[in-house]
Amino acid sequence: MKGIAVSTTVNGDAVEYVCHGRETLLDVLRNHLGLIGAKEGCGTGDCGACSVTLDGELVCSCLVLGAEVEGRTVETVEGLADGDKLHPLQKRFLDGAALQCGICTPGFLIAAKALLDHNNNPSESEIRYALAGNLCRCTGYDKIVRAVSAAAGDMRRQQKAQVKRRATK
Amino acid sequence: MKHDSKFTNQKFKLVGTRVTRPDGVDKVTGRALYGADTFAPGQLVGVILRSPHAHAKIRSINTKRAEKLKGVKAVITSADLPDLTNGDSELYDTLENCMARGKALYDGHAVAAVAASDAETARKALKLIKVDYKILPHVTDVDEAMKPDAPIVQPRVKTKDKPGKPTNLSLVSTYGHGDVDAGFEQADVVIEKSYQTEQVHQGYIEPHACLASMGPDGKGELWVTTQGQFAYRNTCASLLGMEISQLKVTSSEIGGGFGGKTHVWAEPVALALSRKANRPVKLVMSREEVFRASGPASSTSIDIKLGATRDGRIVAAHAALRYSGGAFPGIWAEIGAMAAWACYDIKNVQSVGYDVIVNRPKVAAYRAPSAPMAGFAVESTLTLMADELGINPVDFRLKNAAREGTRASYGPTYGPIGIAATLEAVKKHPHMRARLGKNQGRGMACGFWFNFGGQTCADLAIGVDGTVALSVGTIDVGGARASLSLIAAEELGIPYEQVRCNIADTASLGHNDMTDGSRGTFSTGMSTIFAARDAIKQLRERAAKVWGINAKNVTWKDGKAIASSKGERKSLTLKELAESSANTGGPISGHNQVVADGAGVSFASHICDVEVDPETGGTKVVRYTVVQDAGKAVHPDYVEGQFQGGAAQGIGWALNEEYVYGDDGRVQNAGFLDYRIPVCSDLPFIDTQILEIPNPNHPYGIRGVGETSIVPPLAAVANAVSNAVGVRMTHLPMSPPRILAAINSSREEQALAS
Amino acid sequence: MPDVELFAGLRDAVAGAKSVQVEGTTIRELLQNIAREYPSLHKRIEQGIAVAIDGNIYRDDWDQQISEGAEVVLLSRIAGG
Repeated sequence: MKGIAVSTTVNGDAVEYVCHGRETLLDVLRNHLGLIGAKEGCGTGDCGACSVTLDGELVCSCLVLGAEVEGRTVETVEGLADGDKLHPLQKRFLDGAALQCGICTPGFLIAAKALLDHNNNPSESEIRYALAGNLCRCTGYDKIVRAVSAAAGDMRRQQKAQVKRRATK
Repeated sequence: MKHDSKFTNQKFKLVGTRVTRPDGVDKVTGRALYGADTFAPGQLVGVILRSPHAHAKIRSINTKRAEKLKGVKAVITSADLPDLTNGDSELYDTLENCMARGKALYDGHAVAAVAASDAETARKALKLIKVDYKILPHVTDVDEAMKPDAPIVQPRVKTKDKPGKPTNLSLVSTYGHGDVDAGFEQADVVIEKSYQTEQVHQGYIEPHACLASMGPDGKGELWVTTQGQFAYRNTCASLLGMEISQLKVTSSEIGGGFGGKTHVWAEPVALALSRKANRPVKLVMSREEVFRASGPASSTSIDIKLGATRDGRIVAAHAALRYSGGAFPGIWAEIGAMAAWACYDIKNVQSVGYDVIVNRPKVAAYRAPSAPMAGFAVESTLTLMADELGINPVDFRLKNAAREGTRASYGPTYGPIGIAATLEAVKKHPHMRARLGKNQGRGMACGFWFNFGGQTCADLAIGVDGTVALSVGTIDVGGARASLSLIAAEELGIPYEQVRCNIADTASLGHNDMTDGSRGTFSTGMSTIFAARDAIKQLRERAAKVWGINAKNVTWKDGKAIASSKGERKSLTLKELAESSANTGGPISGHNQVVADGAGVSFASHICDVEVDPETGGTKVVRYTVVQDAGKAVHPDYVEGQFQGGAAQGIGWALNEEYVYGDDGRVQNAGFLDYRIPVCSDLPFIDTQILEIPNPNHPYGIRGVGETSIVPPLAAVANAVSNAVGVRMTHLPMSPPRILAAINSSREEQALAS
Repeated sequence: MPDVELFAGLRDAVAGAKSVQVEGTTIRELLQNIAREYPSLHKRIEQGIAVAIDGNIYRDDWDQQISEGAEVVLLSRIAGG
């Protein structure tokens, strides 16, 4: 098989694989690396269920080739929690019932995190437009938007507390 | 032992609280396994070759070159799925839909399939299959298909109970009572209007996916995303000539179904491939395949005639409803005819449903199947009539609302029902008094759905540490495990966290009907209650043994057995009884099987505000409210979720979603880019009000909630848009070009008039 | 004898009659009596029906009791999604 050898970093771990020229990053994550959190909902970049970040930027992994991520960093939903400590977004999605079937949830968590990494106090409108690339068919987005807003608040408070701790050291 | 399912109006400690769902952590961390998330050693990739023609005779299929390609392990056609349906016409339709038998009936109809060692090879093999098609004239429009010279899609179909030639009109159903002609004579105002709705898809984000593994001994396993693992087992086993106990079906987590996963699509094909290749076959449909070849909802063409007297009383109502079933007979128009006037008390009423076959994919249920379209036509006309009579649309509906003792338009007489309650709640709701801005309009509408019960069983096994494993046979579509665990914990009197709910595979539990008809929490909740009571009976007997007293002197309260006869006896907890179970008779578990029936109808009323851009026709929903009766909200977050989800789907149906067919009969927009479902920025927060009018036929008063919320939005949005632009909208979806056309034609009319 | 109302699809089997008179204290008994007294109706019923008793729809539970004077309507066996 004429494959392409790739070395990259996924969720902080150094990873190597051999992939076909035509395989997408989504294919590689799911079929080679056992990371099935990212889902294929459409294969054409329209639903966002495959969302990951590539060097910190939100992308549809179905539109990135497995060979393109050589030497770069990929973050998936499996890397969100810190061991058994859930990320505030994950906690708020659970507490706020922001998922029903859950298939779109990994994509939403990644997209929401990408938003909050750039804008730690988004308005309702900013949240809605930032998440417009992620389709959900179950919830009508109501509880998702509330959960993201609440998580943003949690993260701002956490940051304040961290800054305070550093200042008093 | 038959349990009493009557409502008992008990006070709840746990039911009704907002707990964290047990499968939630898996779903927010990416651990949960959906249909495409498992892998078997030695698995092959399955792909399907699909007809590029809307209607064509298949003269021959040559698979030789595909079979010879290195890496291809099996190629199948309908020859590998022999007809074992034995006169069962519905099963034959399923067989024919899974794979064409001599005739391609719609763009996307499966004609052959390949299993190969990797996706690339499988796709190459598809290209090597040579199909000789003779293209036939096609028909995709429901009204065109009823014309006498329309191409006949299914030559074996005649109109049911009516002798005659082959036709696309597979069924005519009439419902109603009274004398509509006499009724219209009495009316002061008669309105006649025609409506059309385009075909839509349930739009679940997870495509159909399965992993099929058939062994040389004829036994098989199927991992699949489905709303009914038992139904899929029975159908697949029948089609493959297996006894049902030889096929074990395990349901994965489901990424949305809404009725679209109550029917098999590619699963029998995957099993047939696996049987031929003697290897596991993973078959995942692409999004394009989901649109072209799974089960969308009907497209419709509906005529309404409504007569009322000046005081606001409806005296006559008639509906003619033409629904497409795709390329196979169905009862979609019949259901629409039954549901159309169900909210109202009308002395002279008639609905006639026409089920029509067209060259489109086989229609499947979408939430409350057929009711949204009928509701759109009826509720739009009701608002038109209210406007004509100068009566507030909510008051007009209240005046004519069905109540206890009303003869339903579909036949039976209603017991206590909630439509008036939802209307009164809407009337009082602050949304109705909010000011409207420029280019904004408001509409409201009611909706009705039947709700169903069905065959259900549950096993409640108590572990030696007193924690509980609850095995159920319905799927967790959106939080059911939480509700069922709450119910089990409530009955046993133990903390919610000590119950773990598992979705059983077909080998581990008795038959369960599908999770459809809003029956999940209603039916499995009922079975769980009775299984828990069965376990409690045994727990009391064990305590009685330990104490050496008669079991009838033992009561169960708050998770403990309490001796009610004389003598000092410390109560025994569930944990203590479980720990000593080895010596009192062995493992303790409760079981129940029930046919949950008498689920009871449900009603909803919605309010919608829209803002229409008069230059582009672009429309946004700016405020939305759902009022619906849930009987008893076991977990209020998830009841709200059902209300909001159904409303969002209905909004998409009303404003943007439609299948676009070309002149060649092919689907033009088989993807999420051009089949536009609502995105986050399209919608506002969706307000919900849960009414709790107990269902007398359920111990907790639970009513089904999942489906009704998709029924009112089509008309609520249409009434709002019509109010905003001053033109009655009659064709869904009300996409920007349609709204613009309506605004422009109205401007022209006004210009002509002045 | 109680009236059992028929929905449109069943009426053809009894020459257009809107109802038939049949006894039955449970749905099962009712259907068994129909099978005996109206064989053409029975044939149609075998294809699938639902029974509404006093407004509640039953699709499977043939043990369901029919009390004296209850309203009985035979309906098409429909399903949800």
